[in-house]
Amino acid sequence: MWRVSFLCSVASLATLAFVSGCGPGGGAPGPSEPMAVSLTGAGASFPYPLYSKWFSEYHGAEPSVQISYQSIGSGGGIQALKTRIVDFGASDAPLSDEEASNMPGVVVHIPTVVGAVAVVHRLPAAKQAIRLDGPALTAIYLGQIKRWNDPKLAVLNPGVKLPDLPITVAHRSDGSGTTYLFTSYLAAVSPEWAKRVGAAKSVNWPTGVGGKGNEGVAGTVKQSPGAIGYVELAYAQQNKLSTARLRNTAGAFVEPTVPSTTAAATGAVERMKDDVRVSIVNSPAPGAYPIAGFTYLLVYRQQSDQTEGAALAGFLQWAIREGQAFAVPLGYAPLPEGVLAINQKAIQGLTYQGEPLVAEQGP
Amino acid sequence: MSVGLRAERSGRRLGRANLSDRVFRWGTMLFALAVIVVIVLLAYELTRSARPTLLHFGWAFPVRSVWDPVHHQFGAWPFLWGTLFSSLLALLIAVPISLGAAVFLAELAPPWLRNPVSFLVELLAAVPSVVYGLWGIFVLVPALRPVEGWLGQRLGFLPLFQGPPYGLGMLAAGLILAIMILPIITAVSREVLLAVPRTQREAAYALGSTHWEALRGPVFRYARAGIIGAIILGLGRALGETMAVTMVIGNTPTTSLSLFSPAYTMPSVLANEFAEATGNLHISALMEIALLLFGVAVLINAIARLLLWSVGRGAPRGVRE
Repeated sequence: MWRVSFLCSVASLATLAFVSGCGPGGGAPGPSEPMAVSLTGAGASFPYPLYSKWFSEYHGAEPSVQISYQSIGSGGGIQALKTRIVDFGASDAPLSDEEASNMPGVVVHIPTVVGAVAVVHRLPAAKQAIRLDGPALTAIYLGQIKRWNDPKLAVLNPGVKLPDLPITVAHRSDGSGTTYLFTSYLAAVSPEWAKRVGAAKSVNWPTGVGGKGNEGVAGTVKQSPGAIGYVELAYAQQNKLSTARLRNTAGAFVEPTVPSTTAAATGAVERMKDDVRVSIVNSPAPGAYPIAGFTYLLVYRQQSDQTEGAALAGFLQWAIREGQAFAVPLGYAPLPEGVLAINQKAIQGLTYQGEPLVAEQGP
Repeated sequence: MSVGLRAERSGRRLGRANLSDRVFRWGTMLFALAVIVVIVLLAYELTRSARPTLLHFGWAFPVRSVWDPVHHQFGAWPFLWGTLFSSLLALLIAVPISLGAAVFLAELAPPWLRNPVSFLVELLAAVPSVVYGLWGIFVLVPALRPVEGWLGQRLGFLPLFQGPPYGLGMLAAGLILAIMILPIITAVSREVLLAVPRTQREAAYALGSTHWEALRGPVFRYARAGIIGAIILGLGRALGETMAVTMVIGNTPTTSLSLFSPAYTMPSVLANEFAEATGNLHISALMEIALLLFGVAVLINAIARLLLWSVGRGAPRGVRE
């Protein structure tokens, strides 16, 4: 055992020597030779668990590439990309046309995985999952439905004895992609919500208490009987929170799961051929969970460094193929088949001085 | 001859001392000026970044009570209110306890108790605020919920005890802040009390005072300025505390008198929204809140100076600044 690990470390030392031997000092570097490249990124915290897994796995597969990532929030990531402090940004919400035009170069959106927002609750008496629909959820968050035994909730939950408890509404207090998805859904199903509150990473909540982060909302929900809140699907699964089934456009009550999230994304593939910045909340696809959304990596189409650009493109290709296998265990839904080809085309469009950075490849 | 030599030598030494003195003086002056430069730069940068909202909302910004990032409507009143309310609540709870503890530790405690307790008080000050916040979420808030329910039933006619008992809210924030500022007020007040010359007490005892009378009269009078300083230090920490408050205050921009109501403070909204703020006006509004917080800190310090000055005038000699 000891001998084996000793041999391994000798082998890795040799690899190191080889890599450094091919550094800038070792003659003219060609694109085929491995060179130590370090890439930096910053942005969304929502996909951070998956991204950090990716970066360490990719470093294992491609030891010459070292990627570091700061999960400072989507806004910070976009800002850092704008000033070119980082090689790539990450955001839960795609850039608006206005934001995109303010960037110093053309920014390519690469959807990486699909995330969902679960509605979590704590009802001591109810054993089954609570069922909700868009109007009821909106009314709760507008402060119009105040108690669990409200007739509007009873209609949706035949056979469930809803307690006579006040509803404690919890929401995120920090600006987040989770809030963006959640409010986008409420705005999509309720014109009143769209007009009064709107959809954004931070909104003016009509009612409820704000918790910082998923843990803040989950903490409030876990402790207060009669509380309702929303967290990322992965967070709800890991912490075994009771999640509500939501009625989708097709009329089915859908549980938030990885397959139902992917189903929401699959319905949008056609629309994504022109522009990947689509909204998939309230998806019409059957079996789709209604509060879902892509999360994106943002890169400049014209890369300013050949080596780094090639490494970045190589990583992106890996992420949208091999990387997808790591998504499910962490509670993210992998990209639907059709998006893969769209992404591949976008990555092939990345250039350095007009030359593409990756070769043409079959899907 | 020997006298002349000595004079020459000491003269040389004097010259050298003068040079090192000068270097020392200029060096330290540079450090002192650096503080002023930092503060001026800070104020300048905040004002510059807050320009869009300063122009857009003008003087109304601090008293507007709407905060709506989607519709670009911003006002600082709920945050000002929350910051001042929670800090004053914390002072109200912490000052009597801290002063009591300080008097006990400085005057009454037996030596075997004095040192360990003083050490523990100082240790409390070193606990990171996020730890207080987590304790707040997992222990204090659930414990407060039934207490709030009970208070609401018995004293619900008072505006202080109205509304649903979430647990999260102003009361939790005030309590957490009180616990956090306790050690600093206690430790500083204790030092101040210990610094009161023995002669002050002895004179009082000689005149036949009891322990309490000696404390209340000469000792407190002598230590007054220092104790006010300790309270201001505590208030400063309460005003600026971010993490722990954010975790328990409920983060809702309201201006309710109720202790049960969720509220919001200036540092909390900065911590919550700055990272994901989108749009110039939103960032600028947050910057103006930072500027206001800065202004509140300056104002509090000015009031403290004034208070110390007016207290100093009536104090015995040696206490005045």
